[in-house]
Amino acid sequence: MSDSIAPQTGLVPLLRMRSVSKSFPGVQALRSVELTVRSGEVHALLGENGAGKSTLIKILGGVHQPDDGTIEIAGQSVAFTSPRAALDAGIGIIYQEFNLAPSLTATENLFLGQERSTWGFLRLQQEQDRAQDLFSRLGVPIPLDVPCHELSIAQQQIVEIAKALTKEARLLVMDEPTTALTPAEVDRLLAVICELRTQGLGVIYISHRLDEVEQIADRATILRDGQYVGTLARSELERQTMIEWMVGRQIENEFPKQAVAAGAVRLEVKNLRRGAAVRDVSFQVRAGEVLGITGLVGAGRTEVARLIFGADRRDSGSVHLDGRTLSIRSPRDAIREGICLLTEDRKHQGLLLERSVRENFGLPNLREFSTGGFVRQRQEHLAWSGFREKLQIKVPHAETLATHLSGGNQQKVVLAKWLQANAEVIMFDEPTRGIDVGAKYEIYLLINQLAHAGKAIIMISSELPEVLGMSDRILVMHEGWITGEVLDPSRATQAQIMQYAIG
Amino acid sequence: MASQQDSRISGETEKRATALRYSRWLQPFVRDYGMSFVLLGLIGLFSILTYTEQHPTGSDAGQQVARQIFQQQGAAARVLIVGRPTAEDVAFTTALADELRHLGATVLRVINGDPAAARGAILELSESGQQPTALAVNDVSSRWSVFAQFPTTRELPSFKPQSYYWPNFLKRSNLMGVANQTAVYAIIAIGMTLVILTGGIDLSVGSLVALASVVSALFLRDYQGGAAAGVGGVIGATLLGIITCMIVGGFNGVMITLFRLPPFIVTLGVMLMASGLAFRLAAGASIPELPRAYFWLGGGTISGIPNPILMMVLLYAVAYVLMSRTVFGRYVYAIGSNPEAARLSGVPMTPCLIGVYMISGCLAGLGGIVLSSMLQAGDPKFGLMYELEVIASVVVGGTSLAGGRGKVLGTLIGAFIIAVIKNGMNLTNIDPFNQKIVLGAVLLTAVWLDTLKRGRWNTKSIR
Repeated sequence: MSDSIAPQTGLVPLLRMRSVSKSFPGVQALRSVELTVRSGEVHALLGENGAGKSTLIKILGGVHQPDDGTIEIAGQSVAFTSPRAALDAGIGIIYQEFNLAPSLTATENLFLGQERSTWGFLRLQQEQDRAQDLFSRLGVPIPLDVPCHELSIAQQQIVEIAKALTKEARLLVMDEPTTALTPAEVDRLLAVICELRTQGLGVIYISHRLDEVEQIADRATILRDGQYVGTLARSELERQTMIEWMVGRQIENEFPKQAVAAGAVRLEVKNLRRGAAVRDVSFQVRAGEVLGITGLVGAGRTEVARLIFGADRRDSGSVHLDGRTLSIRSPRDAIREGICLLTEDRKHQGLLLERSVRENFGLPNLREFSTGGFVRQRQEHLAWSGFREKLQIKVPHAETLATHLSGGNQQKVVLAKWLQANAEVIMFDEPTRGIDVGAKYEIYLLINQLAHAGKAIIMISSELPEVLGMSDRILVMHEGWITGEVLDPSRATQAQIMQYAIG
Repeated sequence: MASQQDSRISGETEKRATALRYSRWLQPFVRDYGMSFVLLGLIGLFSILTYTEQHPTGSDAGQQVARQIFQQQGAAARVLIVGRPTAEDVAFTTALADELRHLGATVLRVINGDPAAARGAILELSESGQQPTALAVNDVSSRWSVFAQFPTTRELPSFKPQSYYWPNFLKRSNLMGVANQTAVYAIIAIGMTLVILTGGIDLSVGSLVALASVVSALFLRDYQGGAAAGVGGVIGATLLGIITCMIVGGFNGVMITLFRLPPFIVTLGVMLMASGLAFRLAAGASIPELPRAYFWLGGGTISGIPNPILMMVLLYAVAYVLMSRTVFGRYVYAIGSNPEAARLSGVPMTPCLIGVYMISGCLAGLGGIVLSSMLQAGDPKFGLMYELEVIASVVVGGTSLAGGRGKVLGTLIGAFIIAVIKNGMNLTNIDPFNQKIVLGAVLLTAVWLDTLKRGRWNTKSIR
């Protein structure tokens, strides 16, 4: 398919960024980076977190100005001094956090700031028609008269794309567009991107999901530590190569699963229910066992974990630990019983971003770190240092604000605070979301260590390779029910799990 | 090439580490207490603007003049002392006379009165044939023309306290006055800081000031015999006023946590209710029938420092320790910076939030008692608009209205910035209408600085 519209050499490329450098106080973010994108090409931009992808995109979007280097759009040299200037030059950027007004409809969002009007009165019909036209061009029907916050994430994404098209974008940048989408939605989005490609747009596609990159990209440029590593042609786009270029070394086994002989049953959940989200869920986890729970987004996986943790109130059902029935009514109760949850959304649920890592680490453990209501900071600091060593958390010092850490280190801080709380049951919700390849590997090793120590581990994940690679047993959920169980993940396939997940 | 790259990187790391060492102490200080520079700047500004000639008064000045006379004329000095009948001048003349007698000189007459009284005394002196050798006056009486009208005094060397230059703003009495007037706001602002740190707001504090003053004054008038009440009754009344407000604060907290109503609405409603209750209890009138003991808290001093100032300093010290060293303080910051993460980390949300609103109510009640003790009455009109002034202090002090960021001591600085601006504008004779405009502008500037510190505007996105 992509062969028919293979980029022709000889033509002037749509975008050429040459030896772009950028430094921030104390950090050299980019060092002579090259990026060339042609019309009608999907160009993947790859790299670990902190490799400089975001900085490069922000320079392209006019948010930052480069210290050095040139940018050419269709052969013309440009220098964007503001995001507005980049927009006017036909560069549309879709950030991970959407820029939509939640209470306005899709149409209103499309024309926000460029309303079609006569004497201040909106020409609603014209706007409607244009919106209709755009969405049919993308091949995705979007309800036009519904506030955007009622649309699904996937639909909102389409609205963002359409918004860029209303501004006559020639080059579309998509930053991690598929993290929150279900497999079906991902397929639809990829189809839309292919459609844009046939219409002659250039697309810069940033993703950690290498299977998507293999599927859709014509070429890929790889960055590492702010430096240009190289550009792979379509024929060279292989998972192994991409990972090695990104990490800078060979990774023999993406999933370092070690078998641990499972012990006695530790956690048992019976007939857990909550409305339509969780319907009659029962299962057991043994000591040293990693139980994978997967399913589509909205299947009720996260909800199960939140019910066990006491974050939401359950309609019925019971939770038992080591044979005892627990009465958990709040996260505080669960923590006291040694149950913890590493949330999928670290930024909004897991960490106090504006507080120091030491405070984040201490927060659930203040009962232990205090006498008569006063915090014993030295003791807290000592315990923190121990875990920083053990988990190899990279932080300048204990007072660093959590927001300044990379995703992998943030995840380790959250893990450290739960280990300090003597957690016996550890529930990971999307443990490696937004974490780069190297740090992922370290998280997997930690999961192994915990299993060795006899903890009961639940790992909720949408990444099927991860679930298959790291679990001892897999439960698949669909619309609140457990629809399948895989007893031997090493022999199972992704297709098998998808069967269960679809219901 | 790899090693070259390594050395470059390690050099950078080193540079970064040095920068870190500085920033580790300096940067947090600027972030948390940057407003203290503004306060110092204002103090400097008003010191310069109010730099004028000062004429010393009182007993110190009297002793100084006495020594001056003795130095020139010795024990033979026969002195006529003239001052106005004000308390300051009486202290001046008395100390002057005492010191002269102590040194062995003669005091012919001490006059505390108007020029006519001085004329009478001079006539009397010349009739009795007593010739003074020196005239002791102060800055005001030295300008009276009466002395030039009589030969007895025309040629006399006159002595007055030496004047010097010093800013009116920096006079001890002025600074004490500023601190004393700020104390009530500053005390209430401690509670408000805690509330705002959790991401809430407490609009009811102004009404609670009135309620506390009315409740305690009523208790003293109706159950303790009004002005005849004893110390025990005063202590009881004070506790009653504070506890009433603490209960109202607890009600705020319960409505916000258990009923999940927004703090703005809850405390707005309670503000109206508490104010209405205060007016109803007091039947709309002021209650002045209070015992002397009741005035000690707001009007008394301990070793020269007014009690409200001492109380303010003490409470800020306690609040500082509470917020930086205790589990409760940690929880308050956690709730404000990310409520969901705090809850999922096992922070007891409901008790903490109720506690914060109770503290706020409690301190508003204490503020009300201090105010009514200062003004020697209980009055439902007290505390009007205090909530706004208090919120302004907190915000100017650098606490973010979004919660989670800010310091208690910053609030103290904020309260003083506002007080100093008000006082400075009074001293420089800026009219009250313009004062309001300036204060509003200061508030806006403070909030603007806060957004600058945060970087760019936090635009809300759909996810």
